[in-house]
Amino acid sequence: MAKVVVDGIEVEVPNGATVLQACEAAGKEIPRFCYHERLSIAGNCRMCLVEVEKAPKPVASCAYPVADGMVVKTDSPMVRNARRGVMEFLLINHPLDCPICDQGGECDLQDQAVAYGMDRSRYHEPKRVVKDKYMGPLVKTIMTRCIQCTRCVRFASEVAGVPELGATSRGESMEIGTYVEKALTSELSGNLIDICPVGALTSRPYAFVSRPWELRKTDSIDVQDATGTNIRIDNRGPEVLRILPRVNDDVNEEWMADRGRFSFDGLKRKRLDRPWLRVDGKLKPVSWAEAFRAVATKLKATAPDRIGAVAGDLVDVESVFALKSLMTALGSANLDCRQDGAAIDGSRRDFYLFNSGIAGIDRADALLIIGSNPRVEAPVINARIRRRQVAGRFPVGVVGPVGLNLTYAYDHLGEGTATLRTILDGTHRFAEVLKNAKNPMVILGRGALARPDGAAVLAAAWAIAKAADALRPDWHGFNLLHHFGGQVGALDLGFLPGAGGKDLGAMLNGGADVLWLLGADGFDPAAIAPGTFVIYQGHHGDRAASRADVILPGAAYTEKDATYVNTEGRAQRAWLAVHAPGDAREDWRIIRAAGEGLGVRLPFDDLAQLRAKMIEAVPILGQPFAPRGCEDTTGPAGDVAGLSAAPFALPIAQYHLADAIARASDVMAECARTYGEVPALQAAE
Amino acid sequence: MSGDLRKDGVQSPGGGWGATHAGDQQHDLQPTHFQFDAESNAEIEKILARYPAGKQASGTIPLLYVAQRQMKRQTGSAWVPRVAMDAIAARLGIPPIRVYEVATFYFMFNTRPIGRFHLQVCGTTPCMLRGSDDVLRACKDAGHLKGYGDTSPDGLFTLTEVECLGACVNAPVLQVDDDYYEDLDYDRTVALIEALKRGERPNPGSTIGRQTSAPEGGPLTLTEIPVVHARSGAGE
Amino acid sequence: MALSDKDRIFTNLYGLQDWRLPAAQRRGNWDGTKAILEKGRDWIIEEVKASGLRGRGGAGFPTGMKWSFMPKQPSERPHYLVVNADESEPGTCKDRDIIRHDPHTLIEGCLIAGFAMGAHAGYIYIRGEYYNESVVLEAAIQEAYDAGLLGRNACGSGWDFDLYVHRGAGAYICGEETALIESLEGKKGMPRLKPPFPAAVGLYGAPTTVNNVETIAVVPTILRRGGAWFAGFGRPKNSGTKIFCIQGHVNKPCNVEEEMSIPMRELIERHAGGVRGGWDNLLCVIPGGSSTPLLPKEICDTVLMDFDALREHKSGLGTAGVIVMDKSTDIVRAIARLSKFYKHESCGQCTPCREGMGWVSRMMERMVEGRAEVEEIDLLEEVTRRIEGHTICALADGGVWPVQGLIRHFRPVMEERIADYKRRHAKPAALPLAAE
Repeated sequence: MAKVVVDGIEVEVPNGATVLQACEAAGKEIPRFCYHERLSIAGNCRMCLVEVEKAPKPVASCAYPVADGMVVKTDSPMVRNARRGVMEFLLINHPLDCPICDQGGECDLQDQAVAYGMDRSRYHEPKRVVKDKYMGPLVKTIMTRCIQCTRCVRFASEVAGVPELGATSRGESMEIGTYVEKALTSELSGNLIDICPVGALTSRPYAFVSRPWELRKTDSIDVQDATGTNIRIDNRGPEVLRILPRVNDDVNEEWMADRGRFSFDGLKRKRLDRPWLRVDGKLKPVSWAEAFRAVATKLKATAPDRIGAVAGDLVDVESVFALKSLMTALGSANLDCRQDGAAIDGSRRDFYLFNSGIAGIDRADALLIIGSNPRVEAPVINARIRRRQVAGRFPVGVVGPVGLNLTYAYDHLGEGTATLRTILDGTHRFAEVLKNAKNPMVILGRGALARPDGAAVLAAAWAIAKAADALRPDWHGFNLLHHFGGQVGALDLGFLPGAGGKDLGAMLNGGADVLWLLGADGFDPAAIAPGTFVIYQGHHGDRAASRADVILPGAAYTEKDATYVNTEGRAQRAWLAVHAPGDAREDWRIIRAAGEGLGVRLPFDDLAQLRAKMIEAVPILGQPFAPRGCEDTTGPAGDVAGLSAAPFALPIAQYHLADAIARASDVMAECARTYGEVPALQAAE
Repeated sequence: MSGDLRKDGVQSPGGGWGATHAGDQQHDLQPTHFQFDAESNAEIEKILARYPAGKQASGTIPLLYVAQRQMKRQTGSAWVPRVAMDAIAARLGIPPIRVYEVATFYFMFNTRPIGRFHLQVCGTTPCMLRGSDDVLRACKDAGHLKGYGDTSPDGLFTLTEVECLGACVNAPVLQVDDDYYEDLDYDRTVALIEALKRGERPNPGSTIGRQTSAPEGGPLTLTEIPVVHARSGAGE
Repeated sequence: MALSDKDRIFTNLYGLQDWRLPAAQRRGNWDGTKAILEKGRDWIIEEVKASGLRGRGGAGFPTGMKWSFMPKQPSERPHYLVVNADESEPGTCKDRDIIRHDPHTLIEGCLIAGFAMGAHAGYIYIRGEYYNESVVLEAAIQEAYDAGLLGRNACGSGWDFDLYVHRGAGAYICGEETALIESLEGKKGMPRLKPPFPAAVGLYGAPTTVNNVETIAVVPTILRRGGAWFAGFGRPKNSGTKIFCIQGHVNKPCNVEEEMSIPMRELIERHAGGVRGGWDNLLCVIPGGSSTPLLPKEICDTVLMDFDALREHKSGLGTAGVIVMDKSTDIVRAIARLSKFYKHESCGQCTPCREGMGWVSRMMERMVEGRAEVEEIDLLEEVTRRIEGHTICALADGGVWPVQGLIRHFRPVMEERIADYKRRHAKPAALPLAAE
């Protein structure tokens, strides 16, 4: 530790800390533009200059290491003069166009100019004009506003792992861009907007939409992947205008994936905003009462074992609990939440969780990825893996398709299960790598289980982790990577076939006369046997709604107070930001009301009661999250011997169109066209 | 927002380096592909041997030179097309943007085609004091050039103002491609350019017969050093 | 008491003789190199310290001390010697002569310096424009390899030493040692934050010392003739011989190796044929390359050419590029052209330099015409003060000092220029308005 005196306040900071960190420890705010905690230090903006006693010149506090006994002044005439100078230089070529700048009101430059700027410009020469650059459908550029802090360049290279941005030319001609015009190929590109301290990089979809002070801010959770990214939903009136990440160091740090950030325009389109009923083969708008009557009539006339329910990918645990309660009351055990048919063993929680924890990646020292492309399945988690790899001594092996660009170096071990066998029997070199690691990690993609031999794959992955001594009380190295925010919660609630119950496959193939689909758009509705009565409850007129006989309009994740469990098993709360459109209602209420029509009174009248019942049934949902070690190395049910020879295929082929909200989003459609996920014409509809 | 473009030509697009450093790679003269030829490949092998294993990124500048020279061999114009930068990135295993950055940072790489002869007038103060204005004027007159950044209609010359060339005691200096011509004035510059037009390549160095950086009229020092191995052509 | 030829280190400065190895050896290069190395690292560093040699690249840091910063204990990291041959400071052209005419002084120096700092590899970073010079240098290095002077067991010393040439590509900033290292690593020449210093984390992250060509090239002779011999020239702390580049408005511009602390007037008159039109026609001199503030004639009359004397007059010896300007000079234009140089050469990394150099340069352009207000001279000065000392490297400092020197010594000329412009443009001159 080093003792440092900052403006007369003595603080102790670790050796190797920077002066800036010491100043912050002393409660002194240091202005900065180029410095960012999660990026490498550039030290180029010069705004953070402070005076260090005995140093002849002011030093850049962001980069300068502390020394024991150092005396720092953050508010001396030397410091103020230096900062005023830097501010003046930043502003001479910066357009004073705040009134038409989308960064206005949340601009670091604007804020600092209040503190260190002058009320008039002394610069009487022509100002610089920089041509705007194209960076894709999400990031809008107004490069004349750029202050060359290079945060974006560093973010792209260091965090996103797509070294496509650079600063070309030099001196005052230096420009940030891709040089060769192209859309940035990152699923994390929206973060560039957040880290840009000025209005050079702003959100294209949000352009000229609103001012920050007009927005109401609501904490929520991104459900469009299974990371559980902490987000903030900004709305004005009934409309969600933008979504931003919140800081949670254990989950998403301060990053967010593009699909979760930019697809909210899909919340306004293709919405189910009133109940519908199929009459004479055609869907007709009806009242809630009529819809419930139809549901009740059908369900009453159907034997319990001919009723089935399927939970979708984006559902909240409260709705799932309500639906399970209703089905149980009706006497049906035909439940499933595995729309993809993944052979998940729900008998123990650690069979289906990302047990190491997202933050656990930082502690891992070897990684085997099986049948997953984390870059599109969980971009933020992938960035964490990348950072771990860049830090060094982190061998990564991949079993899956050839040629994946994960943004970090890895060893491609093979395409299919044959490789798993050789790792398992110890003859593969990577088995040795895992064994030699202290905290080896196995990440199994959920997609690798959605195949006939899924149970065998699950068993093999577990066995590999076990053989590598990754299943210890102090380290759980087995990880299943889910794809959506509703998947783990449904598993936690046991939304799986009960005793004698049918799974999704069985229900589809004539095993059910009535199917209740709760936001279940993850499978092809054509697979539903003709004659099956389909109740679709959800928020989007996506794949399943058109097959429905009754549509019960529900709320999207932005429209309800709800709980979601991420891939690591972390239950997190989201709050209602806007009300569901039209007649749509919160899902648990719909289910409860439907139950009334059936003469089933579910034992909760409000959300608090529902949650109390739910936690009573599944206590883990009420407990604070902590990654758990492995207490029992007994594997899941599958038999390794059942491995087929088929290579692993990846489930998410179209990143930008991977869920119902995204499929309704114009912004995502444009992304899909831009990145070649769909032919240009098809996505244009 | 200002619509002002700077009078001094520093406005964008792409860096404002004038003709030889437009920065913006999107001009229609960009070829669609580039491949190192045998001569270049042999050079590259030698170059990369200089750097430790894993540090081949050090070869970025040398390989840009290799590409620029190959373009000169093949097209008569010494410049680095964007596809050549991509080829360099692939060869060195580094992201293309890092090569773009380097190619546009350093002034000696031309990101647009230039004339057969690159006339580089040193305009910095030491040369200015000794008459670089006259050298510029001579280049414009004899080379049929409108000014800095211009390429002559016959494609023979491109005129660039460069910063101090480090030959200040022989100012003013004009660098033609790789060669320095020193102690120039208007007439001698015109004569040089006329010679280039005729396909001649006058010997580089002082154009008034000075012994390199020794004072005009002969050295005043080092006169007592016995000449052990007279150099041909040495002397006044 | 001018330096005599027998005490000149660069005996082939003008290329009167052959640069090749046999001739170089007859001039005394590579004489007893093995014996020098056998005296050991510590002896070499002590002798260099005793010589009082200060870096010849501009900053004047004591060379022996710099070498002693390199880690003494060998580790798994290699050590590197990097020679700064990116001679780009306007007014400086001495290293060029060493490289093209006396390359073996440099190559031998590299071996000795490399040995003294525990380096098995050295890179000579030569500015890209010196193409023909780099060809000579590479050939000379090859000769040294062929003669067993470099490479494995160099000079039979038991020390392995490889030496490579790396060409820059037109960027003054690469003369800054950490920018040079960045450039050598294949990146843009943007100076690094210090600490860590190169002796701890330099080329490829390994301990590195960067020295100027002339600094390294004088070392073999110093070691052969003794540190005391070298220290015998010049004033204390300013010792040795030095190559001066005398140019501008002199009758016979030239490079010359002279004793440190020689009076400026003597230097100019003895070697460069005097000021054009006589000493009294002198306006001012930039004494040490473009970054050093100019000195008006009164100071030039008596000032000595060394680090301390020039610093006393708020200038510096820098690279000893002596730019002489006679009374015909448009001094405002001469300095404005330097401002343009620094604007052009700013790497663009630090805000004050990237933005400030353009501001200074544009104001200076107007000052040349007189198209300004008198108060703007104060603004100009203030802008230079706001740039100075606020950046990662010293380019910005060097870029504003000439302007400060101009204002310090020639403010009346600037004011007169402005008044004259106003007279000629009877209507109040319309200033270009800022965009907003």
